[in-house]
Amino acid sequence: MKLTLKIWRQSDAKAKGNIVDYNVTGIEGDMSFLEMLDVLNEQLIAKGDDPVVFDHDCREGICGACSLQINGEPHGPDRLVTTCQLHMRKFKDGDTIYIEPFRAKAFPVVKDLMIDRSAFDRIQHAGGYISVNTSGNTIDANAIPVNKDDADDAFAAATCIGCGACVAACKNASAMLFTSAKVSQYALLPQGQVEATDRVLAMVNQMDDEGFGNCTNTGACEIECPKGISLENIARMNREYLSASLVTK
Amino acid sequence: MSGLIQSSIARKVAMALSGLFLVFFLLQHFSINFISLFSPDLFNEISHFMGTNPVVQFLLQPILIFAVIFHFVMGFVLEIKNNKARVVKYAKYNGGANASWMSRNMILSGLVVLAFLGLHFYDFWVPEIVYKYVETNPELPTRYYEELVHKFESPVRTGLYVLSFVFLTLHLWHGFASSFQSVGFNNKFSIAATKFAKVFAIAIPLGFVIVAVVHHLNH
Amino acid sequence: MSILDSKIPEGPLVDKWTKHKNTINLVNPANKRNIDIIVVGTGLAGGSAAATLAELGYNVKTFCYQDSPRRAHSIAAQGGINAAKNYQGDGDSDYRLFYDTVKGGDYRSREANVYRLAEVSANIIDQCVAQGVPFAREYGGLLDNRSFGGVLVSRTFYAKGQTGQQLLLGAYSAMNRQINRGKIQAFNRHEMLDLVKVDGKARGIIARDLVTGEIERHSAHAVVLASGGYGNVFFLSTNAMGSNVMAAWRAHRRGAFFANPCYTQIHPTCIPVSGEHQSKLTLMSESLRNDGRIWVPKRKEDAVAIREGKLKATELTEEQRDYYLERRYPAFGNLVPRDVASRAAKERCDAGFGVNKTGEAVYLDFAAAIQRYGKEKALTSGIENPTAAQVLQLGEEVIENKYGNLFQMYEKIVDENPYKSPMMIYPAVHYTMGGLWVDYNLQTTIPGCYAAGEANFSDHGANRLGASALMQGLADGYFVLPYTIGDYLSKDIRTGKIPTDTPEFDQAEKETRARIEKLMNGAGTHSVDYYHKKLGKIMWDKCGMSRNEKGLKEAIKEISQLREDFWKNVKVPGTANSLNQELEKAGRVADFLELGELFAKDALDRRESCGGHFREESVELTGEQKGEALRDDENFKYVSAWEYKGEPKDAQLHKEELTFDNIELKTRSYK
Repeated sequence: MKLTLKIWRQSDAKAKGNIVDYNVTGIEGDMSFLEMLDVLNEQLIAKGDDPVVFDHDCREGICGACSLQINGEPHGPDRLVTTCQLHMRKFKDGDTIYIEPFRAKAFPVVKDLMIDRSAFDRIQHAGGYISVNTSGNTIDANAIPVNKDDADDAFAAATCIGCGACVAACKNASAMLFTSAKVSQYALLPQGQVEATDRVLAMVNQMDDEGFGNCTNTGACEIECPKGISLENIARMNREYLSASLVTK
Repeated sequence: MSGLIQSSIARKVAMALSGLFLVFFLLQHFSINFISLFSPDLFNEISHFMGTNPVVQFLLQPILIFAVIFHFVMGFVLEIKNNKARVVKYAKYNGGANASWMSRNMILSGLVVLAFLGLHFYDFWVPEIVYKYVETNPELPTRYYEELVHKFESPVRTGLYVLSFVFLTLHLWHGFASSFQSVGFNNKFSIAATKFAKVFAIAIPLGFVIVAVVHHLNH
Repeated sequence: MSILDSKIPEGPLVDKWTKHKNTINLVNPANKRNIDIIVVGTGLAGGSAAATLAELGYNVKTFCYQDSPRRAHSIAAQGGINAAKNYQGDGDSDYRLFYDTVKGGDYRSREANVYRLAEVSANIIDQCVAQGVPFAREYGGLLDNRSFGGVLVSRTFYAKGQTGQQLLLGAYSAMNRQINRGKIQAFNRHEMLDLVKVDGKARGIIARDLVTGEIERHSAHAVVLASGGYGNVFFLSTNAMGSNVMAAWRAHRRGAFFANPCYTQIHPTCIPVSGEHQSKLTLMSESLRNDGRIWVPKRKEDAVAIREGKLKATELTEEQRDYYLERRYPAFGNLVPRDVASRAAKERCDAGFGVNKTGEAVYLDFAAAIQRYGKEKALTSGIENPTAAQVLQLGEEVIENKYGNLFQMYEKIVDENPYKSPMMIYPAVHYTMGGLWVDYNLQTTIPGCYAAGEANFSDHGANRLGASALMQGLADGYFVLPYTIGDYLSKDIRTGKIPTDTPEFDQAEKETRARIEKLMNGAGTHSVDYYHKKLGKIMWDKCGMSRNEKGLKEAIKEISQLREDFWKNVKVPGTANSLNQELEKAGRVADFLELGELFAKDALDRRESCGGHFREESVELTGEQKGEALRDDENFKYVSAWEYKGEPKDAQLHKEELTFDNIELKTRSYK
């Protein structure tokens, strides 16, 4: 395959970036999208140019490091995959592909396609935990039975990989799906109940402080989420937040 | 508690609640208009009641006006905030791939509806207020039907009304169903609720259009 | 007497850990806040250690090269985590878990360490559940278990195929709590480039801020290395792209012995390499072997025809297929341990029977299972005389329920429907049992420098059991290291803050800068990946699933030549004082080029076959086990700990003899 790539290049956080055109050849359908970029980078290095910087690590769709807005969609046109698991067979010979970083005020560009998603970490710091010390004497794991449906729903929410596709897809750059997935995981489990009120307030406040946009229920996040995190989590967070706001002192 | 006013979720819920209130008002308004198709007398009677009852006039009407203003002001505020959440825009953005046109263009459909509201106020509400409270004319319980019919004589105005209601459908198509999600209602009844909302989004504006067109054709 | 002191407590096996905990020194809470600890790596071991140490009151600094601690590669573990909870009432106990782990490790691990691991395993589950880790549950609301890796009990706790992710997020949540309290300072996108020793003790690290390129000094009273394994020395592995040996190797160069580098686990069920462009391999859960039958064509012509695309797997009749595991190991069949299954696949492919276009793949066929399940299901659903189509449909449904997500993943990557034509699999490097040598306290041979998780060598011997990696990482981080490190730190309560403006830090920073300078100033002929791929090929061909003296000697020579070439000719674009991913890779590959040679040297020294290490010279020559691995307990019942002496070829071997007082050494047999 021969492809034309239109890639966002930006030398550092402060620089003004722009789209640069590249041609790559010898792309095979079995390659992953990132392997296609590896080919481009080998070409650039051979020419003495700066390779394109992008985040990636596990390349099996679970670490959440890879991102990329591909032809206007986070993680590209395929569903339920991350960019590292998107294969070039989804493209045709001669295609032009736009490759941009995930865009949000809260996700500033670090370099080229690499972004700073530490806003997500700070939301988690604010309350994404259950306060339990590591003593080795916590109660037996089977002491509190958990309804299987709740456990399964909590698990489904917990599979979020924190990639930021929800923010990237949202026309408002809202982080509601991410935040709600974490709030939901704990809200659904008995262990999470004690701190539920403080947690949702703290996490939502942090989310707002980071400069994410508001949710307008377009549903784009759910469609683009590589892990299929459900919008139900957002509704649950709305409920949790409302009731928490009313009961706190 | 302060978070309840400033937080993104509180604003979202406020949008949903004001929207739901307006949906309810719409239903009420439509019901009265619809009556005009088959019973001018009953229409006049209800209109007279609405126009003179102090509870409606001095309690419900201000609430309604507040809800309308709140809904659109908040809509603008959120739109501006949301725009700021993405400073650098995408060179290529394929929004259609993951969200409906309606959901992505609420501000546009909302603006059209707002413009329509301006026209509507100019047509009905302003003359009504002038008639009643500025010129303090005596109440004529049978004047309402005539005024209504008179307004739909112009094909241009009728056309504008029809067009506006198309946008109202687009606005409601996303807005009504989405308000359930905003207030945290997402469960096994959601599919049914969403279907109801979508039917409503088409049926009610369509009903308004029918009323307008029928009156236009009849006169 | 070896200079290695494993510091194993006296007394009966079952009491060692309790007694040790009761007798070691503690640091009082008021003093803990004056003590700093650096944790490098934020996976299961590092994340849990950091959180627990911070809970105790120490000031912790964590370092990870990823943009968030949550992305460490522990996240990719699929199967589960073992714990001797005996929730299923099937006779499990600490001793059984201990026994299985030592036996699975082919008797090359330390009894006391393994027993402690088994002992704390139950606490891990309690802790994780308390943290809100959503393990799979039964309808009654209690935790579910499955059996894993051919052991006789069901002791594996799991969260679908994402157990590692859920456990890591649990550890990360514990970290979040401490970050929020200000007890952990997280340095993300930072890479440790050197260990700093003051008066022989580990007192800090030199790190590079990967965004700005700045070289930073960080001091502490102790340094914990939890930087994972070194499987990427093979270039292609199931490790993350960034997984590297740098932290451990830098410590090794500063005096920490490196133990058993040749013990590598090669996992039999990975998605095969599809071409030259391949950057990484994807594992598929071992559980697939419970229902899949592994085969290659019986006749070479058929294999060739399949490779050329002229023949389809489904067109071969039963008689034309060679179910080689069932043929060779009738007792265990397709469920033989990982190393045996891997070697058998390699043997067939080397003999020319491989089935994908690269010739390096075997079939994993679910057709028989689909038929079997289909018929069972038809029977239980009350369908009499089901049609072939009905059986197929019902059978596929059963398989989908069991392995749906794996089948979907396979289809996404390979673009073939595994319900209709057999999957193709091939072994891939997955885990490294070797690592920094540590004593019972997890301290390396450098005082104050600790190693936890995959980065140390301690618990898995020559081969790791399935679902034990997560257990070990969390055992080290939550329950072992936070106690044992106190014993060391109790002597440091009067030390005060460690200054970074000392000659030792100056020197370490100078050396680090010089090394970066040298990497930046290569002649610029080949990219870093070029060298990494070459190294990987040498490792795979000569230090891979089966090893022999000739090949290992060649490998040593070739790697040392490649290393020389690398330092002369590597091309690193960009600058050192800015974000530079090629420079990051170059530093990592430079260390792999040293480790690779030590790896081969270690494999050469170990003239026996044990666990993941198979020496072609050491096989059974007669009897039923003919051709199978032959362990040599008389001569090799030791841990190889290598001391750095300059070039890898000069590394000095120290042996830690292993004693087995509680377990009888047996030959593994799967016939």
